[in-house]
Amino acid sequence: MSAKQNILAKLRKSLTGTTPLADNFDEALVTEPWRYAPEQRIAQLRKLMEAVHTEIHLTTAADWPQRVAQLMRERQLPSLLIAPATAHGQQLTAYWQQCGDLPPLKAYDRPVEDWKAELFNDTPASLTGTLGAIAATGSLIVWPTPQEPRLMSLVPPVHFALLNASEIHDNFYEVQQKFSWAAGMPTNALLISGPSKTADIEQVLAYGAHGPKDLVVLILEDR
Amino acid sequence: MSTQSLIPTVEVQDDFRARAHKALGDQQLRNNFRSAMDSLMTKRAVAFSDAHEREHLRALGNAIRARALSKLPDLLEQLEQNLTRNGVKVHWAETVDEANGIVLSIIRAHEARQVIKGKSMVSEEMEMNHVLAEQGIECLESDMGEFIVQLDHEKPSHIIMPAIHKNAGQVASLFHDKLGVEYTKDVDQLIQIGRRVLREKFFEADVGVSGVNFAVAETGTLLLVENEGNGRMSTTVPPVHIAVTGIEKVVENLRDVVPLLSLLTRSALGQPITTYVNMISGPRKAEELDGPQEVHLVLLDNGRSQAFADSELRQTLNCIRCGACMNHCPVYTRIGGHTYGEVYPGPIGKIITPHMVGLAKVPDHPSASSLCGACGEVCPVKIPIPALLRRLREENVKAPDSPHQVMRGQGSKYSRKERMIWNVWTRLNTSPRLYRLFGFFATRLRQLVPSNVGPWTQNHSAPKPAARSLHELAREHLAKQDKH
Ligand code: SF4
Repeated sequence: MSAKQNILAKLRKSLTGTTPLADNFDEALVTEPWRYAPEQRIAQLRKLMEAVHTEIHLTTAADWPQRVAQLMRERQLPSLLIAPATAHGQQLTAYWQQCGDLPPLKAYDRPVEDWKAELFNDTPASLTGTLGAIAATGSLIVWPTPQEPRLMSLVPPVHFALLNASEIHDNFYEVQQKFSWAAGMPTNALLISGPSKTADIEQVLAYGAHGPKDLVVLILEDR
Repeated sequence: MSTQSLIPTVEVQDDFRARAHKALGDQQLRNNFRSAMDSLMTKRAVAFSDAHEREHLRALGNAIRARALSKLPDLLEQLEQNLTRNGVKVHWAETVDEANGIVLSIIRAHEARQVIKGKSMVSEEMEMNHVLAEQGIECLESDMGEFIVQLDHEKPSHIIMPAIHKNAGQVASLFHDKLGVEYTKDVDQLIQIGRRVLREKFFEADVGVSGVNFAVAETGTLLLVENEGNGRMSTTVPPVHIAVTGIEKVVENLRDVVPLLSLLTRSALGQPITTYVNMISGPRKAEELDGPQEVHLVLLDNGRSQAFADSELRQTLNCIRCGACMNHCPVYTRIGGHTYGEVYPGPIGKIITPHMVGLAKVPDHPSASSLCGACGEVCPVKIPIPALLRRLREENVKAPDSPHQVMRGQGSKYSRKERMIWNVWTRLNTSPRLYRLFGFFATRLRQLVPSNVGPWTQNHSAPKPAARSLHELAREHLAKQDKH
């Protein structure tokens, strides 16, 4: 018999004569304590995300590229990785072309194998969109796509993320239900709740463990 | 950095009692644990400031885990079907040797030489680093805490905070000695050193290994939580990802992870959520630009089905590995994680290890507890740990000819003498005549009690019966009353 058959046979034998327990999931327990009035959601998200060193800026659908350019200048970032096929990637590219004298944009438009060394060693910052956020835990929802791959939100030391204010949801349960996650998950789905951190040495919190050292969230208030 | 020399870990010496004695005398170690556990307890308390909310959520957590276990074989099959549909290859292993064999064959098929590992306690069960090193394959830990203990040839002393037994000064000396960097006690700088070394390794690795926090049967999703990003690196950068997990980690529905996640991160670290919640449902698709080309899941039994067979002991498998029981354990806090000598220390270690290695190998585990009850009180999935410890104590002294075989190594503390004494004691206490006779002689001959009665008199004065038993006094009293 295979290991699988052995294991399943043992488990089944142990359950002989029993019936599976009923599903009495009480959704109120994971929703009611975590509800916010619409006008509180930004504040709630902000409180939690800033508590773990996330930088948050309020801006608009028209102005954000300019804000990104300004933040890049302040940090003296020499380049920015973008997803060129996304709507926000295109908006940013258009703005960059219009301005002319900004640090170069890099496009994630080929398999990682073709430029892994550059991604790891020479890509100081990236910009991605999000699917929204969760106020209860202060988390961004990120579903990487072929246009905007997973490593964009992980390898570059600075990660800029765009968030539409209207897409801040109350809690994780609501997000799963509203968007029918159970009906089909992508290859990789992420909740990101701050820059990477660790408290593995003496419980002292240090940021920039293996992922981004800085997470900068631009909230588009009018979207 | 010489990588081969990283691998062997220090073997544990002596027996539990000797190790505990030594640990108790190590003031540095005790300080390190005391301050860490105090801070973790405070953080948890703050994160669960609403006791009402907490208790309801714990009840829900318990119900979800109990429901999953009540249909475990079906859920495992559903998980396999859905993962397979998503393109993940599922493997089953009854023993750690089988699991290592599977991992090794995947690594060999890719002619891989370098493996980078995210935190995984199951891989510790397998001693994967060691097994791979013997085959000339480097397997490097990437969680900062794990990296530190691996560098010092140690094993984790805590399931969430592997290097909690060390302070910054000790890490500073370690990095200075082993990595050749300048000595610094600055935690930020130490972490940046770790980041530099490990980034290179993520870049080079041929295979990434990780654990799993929850495996969702409904969608075929592996959910991993972490703060550092090393888990995401290990599961995203190398071309092959191998996840290893115990067969009990499956939950039925995606929504089930919502309360479990909240219970896990709040109980473990007092955080509302970890920095990353990484949900993996398949390998890279043709049109995707990154992610592993292959994803494997190894489902390991290693004694879990033995715990599963007994409806009381089955509750051990509710565990979501939050570590809260050890943070709140007065014994763990004083003797530290290494004293237990096994992969899982503290209260959870005491109830799960006997199933993995046999009770005979860890005979002192069930009794290394004051049964104060703190572990059971904080456990987010309501495992009655003290009751399970008492049960294991019973199994530990079961007669060898007992027809009821519950677990490997049961009866390892059985002693005929002790059993006889208890039998006599039972007789004395169940027969009124004998009891009265015993009471009579015990009080009349009370001067004969020796002043040294074994371990009892190490910390207490010898018990001395009273001049007259309560029974006798009561009888005399009643007799007097009757006269009046
Ligand atoms: S037994 Fe309970 S408290 Fe201990 S690690 Fe497991 S879930 Fe956490």
